[in-house]
Amino acid sequence: MSSSILKLIAQRIALGLLLLFAVSVLIFIGTQILPGDVAQSILGQSATAESLANLREALGLNDPAYIRYFRWLGGVLTGNLGTALSSGQDIASAIGGRLWNTLFLAFWAAAVSVPLAIVLGLLAVRYRNGFVDKLISGLALASTSLPEFFIGYLLVYFFAVQWQIFPGISTVYDGMPFLERMKAIALPATALTLVVLAHMMRMTRAAILNVMQSAYIETAELKGLSPFEIIRKHAFPNAIAPVVNVVMLNLAYLIVGVVVVEVIFVYPGMGQYLVDHVAKRDVPVVQAVGLIFAAVYITLNMIADIAAILANPRLRHPK
Amino acid sequence: MSNELEFLSRRVATGQLNRRDFLGRAAALGISAAFANTLLSDAAKAAGPVKGGTLKAGLQGGESSNVLDPALNLSQVNFNFGKCWGEMLVELNPDGSLENRIAESVGSSDDAKVWTMKIRKGIEFHNGKTVSPQDVVATLERHSDAKSKSAALGILQGIDKMAVNGDEVVITLKDPNADFPYLMADYHLVIQPNGGKDDPNAGISAGPYKVTVNEPGVRYGGEKFANYWLGDKIGHAAQVEIIVINDATARTAALQGGQVNMINRVEPKIVDLVKRVPGVTIQAVSGKGFYPFNMFCDTAPFDSNDLRMALKLAMDREELLEKILRGYGKVGNDIPVNEAYPLFPTDLEQRKFDPEKAAEFYKKSGHSGSILLRTSDVAFPGAVDAAQLYQQSCAKAGIKIEIKREPGDGYWSEVWNKQPFSLSYWGGRPTQDQMYSTAYISSADWNDTRFKRPEFDKMVLAARGELDQDKRKKMYSDIATVMRDEGGLIVPFFNQYIDASGKGVEGWVSNPAQEMCGGYALSICWLAA
Repeated sequence: MSSSILKLIAQRIALGLLLLFAVSVLIFIGTQILPGDVAQSILGQSATAESLANLREALGLNDPAYIRYFRWLGGVLTGNLGTALSSGQDIASAIGGRLWNTLFLAFWAAAVSVPLAIVLGLLAVRYRNGFVDKLISGLALASTSLPEFFIGYLLVYFFAVQWQIFPGISTVYDGMPFLERMKAIALPATALTLVVLAHMMRMTRAAILNVMQSAYIETAELKGLSPFEIIRKHAFPNAIAPVVNVVMLNLAYLIVGVVVVEVIFVYPGMGQYLVDHVAKRDVPVVQAVGLIFAAVYITLNMIADIAAILANPRLRHPK
Repeated sequence: MSNELEFLSRRVATGQLNRRDFLGRAAALGISAAFANTLLSDAAKAAGPVKGGTLKAGLQGGESSNVLDPALNLSQVNFNFGKCWGEMLVELNPDGSLENRIAESVGSSDDAKVWTMKIRKGIEFHNGKTVSPQDVVATLERHSDAKSKSAALGILQGIDKMAVNGDEVVITLKDPNADFPYLMADYHLVIQPNGGKDDPNAGISAGPYKVTVNEPGVRYGGEKFANYWLGDKIGHAAQVEIIVINDATARTAALQGGQVNMINRVEPKIVDLVKRVPGVTIQAVSGKGFYPFNMFCDTAPFDSNDLRMALKLAMDREELLEKILRGYGKVGNDIPVNEAYPLFPTDLEQRKFDPEKAAEFYKKSGHSGSILLRTSDVAFPGAVDAAQLYQQSCAKAGIKIEIKREPGDGYWSEVWNKQPFSLSYWGGRPTQDQMYSTAYISSADWNDTRFKRPEFDKMVLAARGELDQDKRKKMYSDIATVMRDEGGLIVPFFNQYIDASGKGVEGWVSNPAQEMCGGYALSICWLAA
């Protein structure tokens, strides 16, 4: 691997870190503009002036915003995410279990949806404009067009209420047997798969079809290669960059965009955790979760970029 | 046996239907009296509490930011779980009377100023220690400390001093208060070892269940406390579990799918659908919660009582009740209390929708132009629709209402108790005095109608110190009349707590004090074999 590629990759990583820093500032500003404050949100409608003042003092809310921000940033750099203002829990340990849950669900949703999407995409190209292509595209588009809460409720209605095959609420906990855990996440993983499937499938199909217009595909056809051989050996490798891009985008979505699915299936992941704490104006938690989400997003995009660079000979061997 | 008969006999067994009515209904279904009687005795046998098993509740109102500290206990899940592991001095019975728990007896001096609570001997905390009068005093101290964040701080402000005298706790109040024992039933006042001063979040008290699982916003679990002082009287299930399900549809589905045995907060609009699910019983009870339209009595144009009267008369309460709560509630009478309160004055005339009279008062007030009403989805479910229906009924009286829909975020800090005309909710208080003192006397922190009348304050204060029940009832009637005719409060309706229990759940006793049998559903219900 040439040094220019290493330099390119190093640049990407540096840019990613810079972006992360910018995001943390943005999140902080965002939480500052929200009306109300933590003390008010914790005590709710039944807050009195005295109890508000007591709580504000105890939470250190009377310091200026920038001091609170840098205090927090310093903590993060030394591996300390701080404690939640509203509950006094250690954020790192509270997030740990939830992040693991989110990743677990995302992993299984991805393990089903990515291969499925690519295989369906390849099939659609092979039988393009035919019945199979139209059926695959039609079903995938239909499942994407339905809002995820609707898909979720449909799954619950049939699989949990009518047939009672899978549980409608996906409560998981530490020490739960693996098979039970898989059973619990069956419905949310299916819902997520249906949501992201079409995007990846359509992009795979479009990217390969794009390549299929090239002259060398015609040559391959004239050589007498079978259609699947052509797609597998000649078209797919050249379409990898856009496919990886869209796969990464969807993986990121599986981790950071699952709030709705988590709520419907009562799954104890990061999304619900974030929403609860936004409602409480719990800035340290919102910052921590926001930062993790941003890091996931930026990392996955970076991987997509790097994969695109590595997959493209022109970038790999610059003149 | 038909489902209906099964249902009816269960209702007899749990005391919700009397025997004679049951036999009548059975006859109407073509069942002979002899067979109906057999059914009844079967149901009664089945109605004996079944011990053991795991009882699960799917509840709305829990967040991952919750803690076990009863002082900071504000949401439904913590409230319900608190009743599983916590033990109180006294408890509110479904009929509004008080039951002594940790307090063996409660008595007062003749002027209702000095209260003495005898602490029951031999009650054990989950950590093996014995509940002492010192623990009780420490608990009250922690909640009433001026620096306390406790939500019970407000109701304990009347305490002047506390002392332990042998096995008694003696409390001296600043002013007489005949309702003092009721205040001790406040659900925040869970008695903890050393008052919870050492570790408020330990989840240790003397309730029927010991805390085994505490995953905020996800699930809670408890196992029967072997040395529970009431033994087998309550706490029938061996384990209880609460699963936090904030989404209404998911909650209903979990009950239908049998993953939980009971749920809270069934939305009025789906009650009729849920009723049809086999095995599911809707448990609705009229509570003390109401959804007020608040006017600031000291801010123009609402400083005119004629205008306030016009706005009160222009409300079609029946229509609002039917359309917003689907009839699951009772119309309000512009006072913050209803018959769920002890000593409620029943002689008050119900205010009715009267556009002509409203128009008259409106004309008399001399106001012109539109009136701005602020609402939001968080005020109560259906608050935006309620404002729109009100706008239409006001139009019939020639009053123009302009509606401003405010964002839910910050509604309680920026709009409620800040803007002169807005929608809100109140969850109710144990006694009438509490309700009036919390929001309708001059010095109240939450006087969200800015109703400030020294003579009204005096009436409330006098009623508070009166130990003669008949005199007190008359006094509350006078108070309610002033409130109804001069206050800044429009009450369209009182809501009902609508819960649902699933197949095999027995022992449900509705309690108007709160949802889920006053929070005791998990402790008093059992699963029929």
